[in-house]
Amino acid sequence: MKEKNGDKTVKYSLYFLSSIVLLYVFLFLLTPWKIYSSLQIALHIFIQIIPVITAVIVLMGISNYFLKPKTVTKYLGKESGVRGWVLAICFGILSHGSIYVWYPLLKELYKHGMRAGLIAAFLYNRAVKIPLIPLMIFYFGIPFVVILTIYTIVASVVEGKVLEGINHLSPVIEE
Amino acid sequence: MERNIKKTDGRQKQLIVAFHKALKSFISALPTITGVVLLIGLFKTFITPKMITSVFTGEPFKDTVLGSLFGSILTGNPVTSYIIGGELLKDGVSLFAVTAFIVAWVTVGIFQLPAEALFLGKKFALIRNILSFVLAIVVAVATVLTLEVII
Repeated sequence: MKEKNGDKTVKYSLYFLSSIVLLYVFLFLLTPWKIYSSLQIALHIFIQIIPVITAVIVLMGISNYFLKPKTVTKYLGKESGVRGWVLAICFGILSHGSIYVWYPLLKELYKHGMRAGLIAAFLYNRAVKIPLIPLMIFYFGIPFVVILTIYTIVASVVEGKVLEGINHLSPVIEE
Repeated sequence: MERNIKKTDGRQKQLIVAFHKALKSFISALPTITGVVLLIGLFKTFITPKMITSVFTGEPFKDTVLGSLFGSILTGNPVTSYIIGGELLKDGVSLFAVTAFIVAWVTVGIFQLPAEALFLGKKFALIRNILSFVLAIVVAVATVLTLEVII
């Protein structure tokens, strides 16, 4: 069954990629130079995300080796309590790179017992970018950045809690 | 001695299996990631910051919703959202709208939605993105009102 779900994911992701490639081909016939520029941008993004992809693969390998379902459940599962939220918030803030690179790792952690609400909190806290804070201060000032950061963290918990509430009624993530 | 060697061999094997599993899982994610990156490439070419600025109306509430909407659709490095946000402020767009715009930019991902749905499920991806869209407006209103009280 698990294998079937995996096959389905690969099948849909190949459909998705094929439709984007077709869109490129269609637009290439209309505006070849713009498509050339789009490809250059995409290539640039790819080069930028290579270090993050490497880091995520290493993290996934380490988590597969060290993190047993029991450990994940203890720190990020149903019984994790406040500690789980704090961990999800901290990891979300510290995580780096494009959001979509993190989905496979989060899926693995979910399979090991991570709560859906903590996944949402992790993803929301990626809005807090420590390396970009000086630039944000330059544009919007210190008080704005401090207040926004606090509300962002609060909102991440609200989102996580709402998702968990819905999850209680019917599961939000299919295994 | 022999038992120790066997134990080490077992651990090495487990480590190889763990990394092989990680690599396999990531390779299956590659078509989706490639699709999202290509989509972002298209978007960055066809939509310019000037186009975004021209959409705002000057009405704070409407602009806040629009800010969250455009932040949800647009994607890329958050630095770009700060630069566009700064330009919007200079053009007289309200801080409510700009805040909603920069928050939604990083918390909602329309372009990443197919990838999120594939890995974490359609239901999770949809609910999370809708909640993040609404919360971008709430966070913007709360931030600006708090700022007005403090300063």
